[in-house]
Amino acid sequence: MTLLPIDSDTQLGRISDKPGPRDDPKFAAGRVAFFQYLTVAVFLFLITGFWDLQVRNPEIYNELAERNRIKALPIIAPRGKILDRDGRVIVDNHLTWSVILSRESMRPEHLGPIAEGLQLDHDDLVRLINRYRGRPKYEPVIIKQELTPSDIAFVESHKDPEFFPELELIHAQRRLYPENGFSAHVIGYTGEISESELDVAEFASYEPGSVIGKFGIERQFNDSLMGVDGQRQVVVDNRGRERQVIGIKEAIPGKNLQLTIDLDLQVVAELALEGRKGAIVALNPRNGEVLAIASRPTFDPNKFSVRIKPEDWKQIVDNPDHPLLNRAIQAQFAPGSTFKPLMALAGLESGAIDDQYAVHCTGGATFYGHYHHCWVKHGHGTVALHSAIVHSCDVYFYNVGNRLGIDRIAYFAEQAGFGRKSGIDLPHEADGLVPSSEWKIRNFRQKWYPGETISVAIGQGALTVTPVQLARAVGGIAMGGIWYKPHLVKTTKPDPPHVLALNQENVDKVISGMCGVVNESGTGLRAKIPGYEICGKTGSAQLASNEFIKKGGKAPKDNAWFVGFWPPHNPEVVVAALYEGGEHGQLAAPLARDVIKSYLDKKVRLGKSAMLASKAGAGARVPVVPPNPPPATDSTEPGSADVAGSTRPRAATSGGSEQP
Amino acid sequence: MSGYLSLRDIDWGMVFISILICALGVVQIFSATHGTIWQDAWWKQIIWVAGGLLLMWIMAQIDYHSLMAHVTLFYVLSVVLLTAVLLVGKQAFGSTRWIPLAPGFHLQVSEFVKLVIILLVARFMAELRSDTLEARDVLKVGALIVVPMLLVIKEPDLGTALTYLPILAVGAFLAGLNWRYLIATAIIVVLVVPVGIHFLQPYQKARLVSFLDPDRDPRGTGYQVIQSKIAVGAGGMWGKGVTKGSQTQLRFLPVPHTDFIFSAFAEEHGFAGVVVVLALYFMLLMQIVKNAQTAPDSAGMYICMGVGALMLFHVLVNVGMVVGRMPVTGIPLPLMSAGGSSMLSIFLMLGLVNNVRLRRFVN
Repeated sequence: MTLLPIDSDTQLGRISDKPGPRDDPKFAAGRVAFFQYLTVAVFLFLITGFWDLQVRNPEIYNELAERNRIKALPIIAPRGKILDRDGRVIVDNHLTWSVILSRESMRPEHLGPIAEGLQLDHDDLVRLINRYRGRPKYEPVIIKQELTPSDIAFVESHKDPEFFPELELIHAQRRLYPENGFSAHVIGYTGEISESELDVAEFASYEPGSVIGKFGIERQFNDSLMGVDGQRQVVVDNRGRERQVIGIKEAIPGKNLQLTIDLDLQVVAELALEGRKGAIVALNPRNGEVLAIASRPTFDPNKFSVRIKPEDWKQIVDNPDHPLLNRAIQAQFAPGSTFKPLMALAGLESGAIDDQYAVHCTGGATFYGHYHHCWVKHGHGTVALHSAIVHSCDVYFYNVGNRLGIDRIAYFAEQAGFGRKSGIDLPHEADGLVPSSEWKIRNFRQKWYPGETISVAIGQGALTVTPVQLARAVGGIAMGGIWYKPHLVKTTKPDPPHVLALNQENVDKVISGMCGVVNESGTGLRAKIPGYEICGKTGSAQLASNEFIKKGGKAPKDNAWFVGFWPPHNPEVVVAALYEGGEHGQLAAPLARDVIKSYLDKKVRLGKSAMLASKAGAGARVPVVPPNPPPATDSTEPGSADVAGSTRPRAATSGGSEQP
Repeated sequence: MSGYLSLRDIDWGMVFISILICALGVVQIFSATHGTIWQDAWWKQIIWVAGGLLLMWIMAQIDYHSLMAHVTLFYVLSVVLLTAVLLVGKQAFGSTRWIPLAPGFHLQVSEFVKLVIILLVARFMAELRSDTLEARDVLKVGALIVVPMLLVIKEPDLGTALTYLPILAVGAFLAGLNWRYLIATAIIVVLVVPVGIHFLQPYQKARLVSFLDPDRDPRGTGYQVIQSKIAVGAGGMWGKGVTKGSQTQLRFLPVPHTDFIFSAFAEEHGFAGVVVVLALYFMLLMQIVKNAQTAPDSAGMYICMGVGALMLFHVLVNVGMVVGRMPVTGIPLPLMSAGGSSMLSIFLMLGLVNNVRLRRFVN
């Protein structure tokens, strides 16, 4: 150690050339000692801090720690209401009970009996609780919602400290849907997010236990309808009593959603379909607003509200009529004769025919070696464009189709919106199908045979459409070639329409034919409303090929279609009705007529040219039966009522039973 | 020189105390995190301790004079890496402190910059010629330290940035900074800061704090400190026992395995446990000071004292925060808090101390 200074020289040589006077590490001995005293002081300072808290008055803090039991109670945000175009409530909420489980006081061995008492699956419950690991323990888990009276009784009788102190009841606003499946397909339903959905990207942002829209409008507009849940943090003592509220994060309720649906029309549409299989779509062709959309058979969305019972689910899924299918946008059937106005227009526009073109119908004609029947066995005699539409002469349109060829038919069909989704703001819309030579090659690797065109010309063959497509297509033709996108939610900026430049004279000729269908003892006579010039077209589409029937197959009943609109030019309303198994379009016509009639009656009632200004009945409760008696059943003149009554006795009876 | 370097000459007392503190830390981490998403933290911590011991051994091998000779390079590297953190660092808890190095390990550069600052101050002070340290010398070395400090504050991590100051303070003090400056600085700090803060409106204070370090105390009501004091007080004389502390187990304590680990420890082991651990830290510090006293040259002394000062500052600020006597700054408790970067950097510093110690009998 005596040699240290010399040694330091050699060492420090690397750092500094000339060792300074302070290479002796002992030079600062005094100040190092000062650092030691400082250290002692720091530790004394710290120790006294602990002495104060832990030895002098630990009781205070012990009590504070005992009292320190924060409980976080969720405040469930109510979903936004769904309103009709006049602000009348279609879907509201009601108060229900949910049971929450506090993880602080949870004992794993309690989960079995709790699951049993609340009729939950034990594994599901454990998985649900495990999802909350890593969250503060005072955040509880909602384990069951929409409690039944027996669930509430179970929780009430078992939440004492000696049973399951971890359970507690809270309020929650849950959906209340109209009864009897009214508008169920459009509204859709909500349900608790499932374990598997939580792992899907679309739902990743939702918490376990969230109730989300799963179908219809509820799903399409879930983000806007769904609110943000709040939370109330309270300090509770060791007996679970609330002592103090630390913080409240208020729930943000979901936004109300106003639909373009008009309850007055919707009620009529629903009643018209009662007891039938089918669908009705009513649109305003001037802007694409959906005024009514109904599908039958239906289901009760209240059963889905949080978690559907397995037996209810089985009953719905096993029903051969598929009540969950929204026939208005998902049923894809041959349009039958309702396709003929488009054929006529295509023929005129492309120059394949003119209005002088006439055909002699003897009850059928042979094309490419096959004999094709007309639906009138003895034939229509000589028919030109107008009478061919009015009497729906098949032979005339076989010839038009033959002259057009499949690809020109396909072109006009696609322009009118067939063969692809209409773009309506509902999930799961179907495409329909427009056959063409290209389609045939792509799907069957075969060329199109001209003979196949003949059945397409009368809306049969591979051609399929959905009711919403048909309403949009015919409405757009009547508008002179302007097709808006159908929508259920009012937008400030609607999508620009699809426009096809048409010769107005040609359009007028087709419209005139369609007016004749209803008003000139044509096939759509049953859609006639005295005093109004309703236009329309019937259709009956075979579901089985003629070959199948010839071989002795039992043919299912034909589907009946009707599509009608009013007024003849720039129509305000177009209605497509599908009556599955209705056999003939004549039987679908009254369904559409009822809806158009209710539109006209409302218009008269309001005494205004437009319905948009209507504020009548705002805020009224959901009517399963119309707030005002449906005009179609009581204000029709006798003759027309007889027709309606004779053709749809079931509707009359069921309609009657619906009345209070 | 290598002939003098043998395992026997390592400061086994210091190493033993460190491992003891680490072991208590691992037990506390296990107790505070079991059944939570951090429940793997305790065995990860064991890996960090093992890695730290290895790094300590390696660090002791390289002569600290060679390290000091390259301090310019280390300094430049530090500034570059801290800049890189700001550019590409991993975002965590609202501030950018980490560079992802390997899966599961994110390097917190600011922790390792401490070593560079220790070497920098030691070299600067050892190269001084005069008997007393002048203010301009302090300003010179201060200017060098301010650059990384500002980069760390920008992350924002005010707490870690402040830990660089005691290294400079102790270096300047030992180098013979005139008592007048010391007294003047002390007076300025004692008078100006409280008076200045006194005149600030509460919301301005809050803004100042949140401006410098926005991710601390998000509830804004001293919630963390209150919960920590309740936890400590509830521990009483003998504590509630491992995994029995309600404040810790029910997660009233914020981060009970990192910044507030000592609070959790105090709740579960009581005043008795606190005295034992603080005594261990005190012995560790005294052991470091002893190595400073036996250092072969002034540079070695500055290194050891720099490590000591840094350690003392960490213990003071972290433990002081736990009992509500220091503001919440979010710097970890050395050797106890869960976290890899902090653990490795502390063992590297202990490696520096051993490095100096291994060369004390040089002749």
